[in-house]
Amino acid sequence: MGRRNSIVYLVALMLIGLMLGPVIYIIVGGFRTNSQITTYPAGLPDPWVTGNYTEILASDTFWRQVGNSTIAAVVTTVAVVTLGVMASYVLARYSFRGRGAMYALFAAGLMFPATVAITPLYILVKNLGLVNTLPGVILPQIAFGLPTTIIILVPFLRAIPKEIEEAAAIDRCSRLGFFWRMVLPLSVPGLITTGILAFIGSWNSYLLPLFILNDQDSFTLPLGVQAFASQYSVDTAKVLAFTSLSMIPALVFFSLFERRIVGGLTGAVKG
Amino acid sequence: MQAPPPVRPRRRGIGWAQRLEIVALSGPAILVFAGFVIFPVLMAAYYGFYRWKGFGRPTNFVGLDNYVTILQDTLFHEALWHNFQIVVLSLVLQGPVAVGLALLLNRRMRGQSVIRVLIFVPYVISEVITGTAWALILQTNGAGNDVLRSLGLGGLAADWLANPRLAIWSLMFILVWKYVGFAVILFLAGMQNIPDELSEAAAVDGASFWQTQRHITLPLLGPTIRIWAFLSIIGSLQLFDLVYIIWGQYVSSTAGTSTMATYMVTEGRNAGNYGYGNAVAVVLFVISMIIALIYQRFVLRRDTEGALTEGR
Repeated sequence: MGRRNSIVYLVALMLIGLMLGPVIYIIVGGFRTNSQITTYPAGLPDPWVTGNYTEILASDTFWRQVGNSTIAAVVTTVAVVTLGVMASYVLARYSFRGRGAMYALFAAGLMFPATVAITPLYILVKNLGLVNTLPGVILPQIAFGLPTTIIILVPFLRAIPKEIEEAAAIDRCSRLGFFWRMVLPLSVPGLITTGILAFIGSWNSYLLPLFILNDQDSFTLPLGVQAFASQYSVDTAKVLAFTSLSMIPALVFFSLFERRIVGGLTGAVKG
Repeated sequence: MQAPPPVRPRRRGIGWAQRLEIVALSGPAILVFAGFVIFPVLMAAYYGFYRWKGFGRPTNFVGLDNYVTILQDTLFHEALWHNFQIVVLSLVLQGPVAVGLALLLNRRMRGQSVIRVLIFVPYVISEVITGTAWALILQTNGAGNDVLRSLGLGGLAADWLANPRLAIWSLMFILVWKYVGFAVILFLAGMQNIPDELSEAAAVDGASFWQTQRHITLPLLGPTIRIWAFLSIIGSLQLFDLVYIIWGQYVSSTAGTSTMATYMVTEGRNAGNYGYGNAVAVVLFVISMIIALIYQRFVLRRDTEGALTEGR
């Protein structure tokens, strides 16, 4: 048993190395100089330099992109979760004709990420006069975030025991009052799961901003990273520092709420 | 995918108050979804019949010309072939690795929760970061070849990104690295729904660890694996970000990694041919839809209560 366990740990360790290697390479590489990187591409910093990081932290461009990404992610998250939980409540606890069709409509959306619709979406956003603006990115992101949110939330809301709803009805609580006072508080874990997924999705989003945002001032971080990487292609160390700074928020968010995400997926995928 | 049945069927027909609630609660979501998902997809079908540079209304109706061009373009054939390879290789490479890892991580062991978090890290970082980092690591004078040399495997050092025989495998490696964590988490979630009593009973009957996994865990994990495979196929068909970031619009086709989506962006938007780009979008949509329907019909049908919905 002991030998088998040590094999398991060895495999696990190698796995962690492989998964984290590139991430560590980015972070540590940001503490090196370009000549260090050229001489020993995979070496450790010697000496450690902080100049790459401090220069980026002092630049307006970086913080403007952080701001744009934050606004886009926060607004998308709030809107997706709000609209999603309202629609999910209807799908989970009302019975009416067309309910199945409505569910199928959102579920079908899950099959088609924004890639397929990106060209006409760009034209639509252009006609609305929203090119180079954050709403031009946020509105489509809300729409494409709804399917995942609804698919995860509907089972969540259905799991609330009907006894609670009956008790609320006896206490003369309307269905909307029940939604507001009971359903929302009880479904907070599901709301957090879907919120995190929406936030990370928006924070990392590339294709949509690539089409909609052409003006440097409106860039979100992923576009910024790419523009920076091509602009300073010879300054590898700085590119690495920029890249590692831009991944911090998603990583922090994820490690804080990892359990919620896994829990939410467990609820959605009943095997 | 089927809608779950309602919690409590109401006996009487629904009154106007309830109708109003339904409209008020679900209306905003439906409006946004219809406006920014369904409407653009329909418009793609319309624009696809025109030769159009994206300014004003499309006027130059060309019928099916765009589609004929697409279906005759060898660049598109190549992209389609790459997509096909990516679909198959993703399933073949990621599936077994993810099942193995999930089995490994499903055992009680110290540090288990830490490993679960770490394996998910690549999934959480953005495609742009993944692409930028791997492009730097895999270039000829990058860290990847440096590590190989320091391990005494300098003979294996290669041009991982530009060599057309290697590039698709580099892409597959990066895709596995990025997305295997998602599969593992899904499979772990599926395994947690398998009652412990089953493996305990098997242990009482003298089944070995591997027999238990082979005859109990894997079959019961079937539905989860089939859903994952579905999501993986759809994702592979529409792959864009990583290829476009690492190889760019021109190199991807010579390196043998272009996809239908990168073809769509290169030939459509970047070339200013919006009508053509929309036609490519329609082709991509139809191919994805046909595969999705076939898969639902023949594979997911076994899981009677539909894909991502829960049963009762």
